[in-house]
Amino acid sequence: MSKIVLSFLLMDGPFEQARTTTAFRMIDAALDKGYDVKVFTYEGGVSLAFAHQKPHANSVHGRTFDEENHPLTKDWIAALFNKAKSKGCELEWVNCGLCVDERGVNDAIEGCRRGAPKDFWEWSKEANGTLVIGTK
Amino acid sequence: MKVLQVIQSAYRCTIEEQDDPVVWFIQVLESIGGDVDILLRANAVNYAVKGQVVEGLSFGEWKQSFPAKLDEDLQQCLDKGMKVYAISEDISKRGIPEEKLLEGIEQLSFKKLPQLFENYEQVWHW
Repeated sequence: MSKIVLSFLLMDGPFEQARTTTAFRMIDAALDKGYDVKVFTYEGGVSLAFAHQKPHANSVHGRTFDEENHPLTKDWIAALFNKAKSKGCELEWVNCGLCVDERGVNDAIEGCRRGAPKDFWEWSKEANGTLVIGTK
Repeated sequence: MKVLQVIQSAYRCTIEEQDDPVVWFIQVLESIGGDVDILLRANAVNYAVKGQVVEGLSFGEWKQSFPAKLDEDLQQCLDKGMKVYAISEDISKRGIPEEKLLEGIEQLSFKKLPQLFENYEQVWHW
């Protein structure tokens, strides 16, 4: 039986919408099922993998830098890559190159690459399911 | 300067930020001497519900250490002396039982808003 492949398009930037977390949960669940996952990020979504994201302490909550362990989407993506590897799944993460240039977020974490809408189009032709999560 | 902070947009990025950025911002203003109160409207009235649990988020080996505790953050605001209002129509529309709300939350009707606004020099709508 051929492997199930899902393609996702994410458009929201980090730290803006609950949609981002929901998308990550769906990708995580797909990997749990052993599916291959292809993610194309567009517009603000290209910042999700930006390598220079930095965590911070939280004085309002009285938590130090280490205690706060502030979530960063680049770490979530890295965790998903590791999970895909451990599950024997393929996770592809492609950032829209023009959107990356507009925002100056060229430095993505290892495993991600630049691409174009054509990547998403080609994936979606072959995928078992496609989900576009646009900015609202 | 006395400012009423109206929070409407709720649960927007509370998982990634581990709190609500507006409530956080308000707490910072209070800590530098700002005279601020809070009005919850629309979905944000749910921030006043006690005992919200959003624990257990994980992606692969990444696990969240401190999920947002919005009720505790609001309680912190109340403890610091801020007033926290919530629109009663928005609470009843959502079927939130009275006993689920934090003590100290002051409910008021939309109709009373003009009178409330009179008590403030500025109203910031988030």
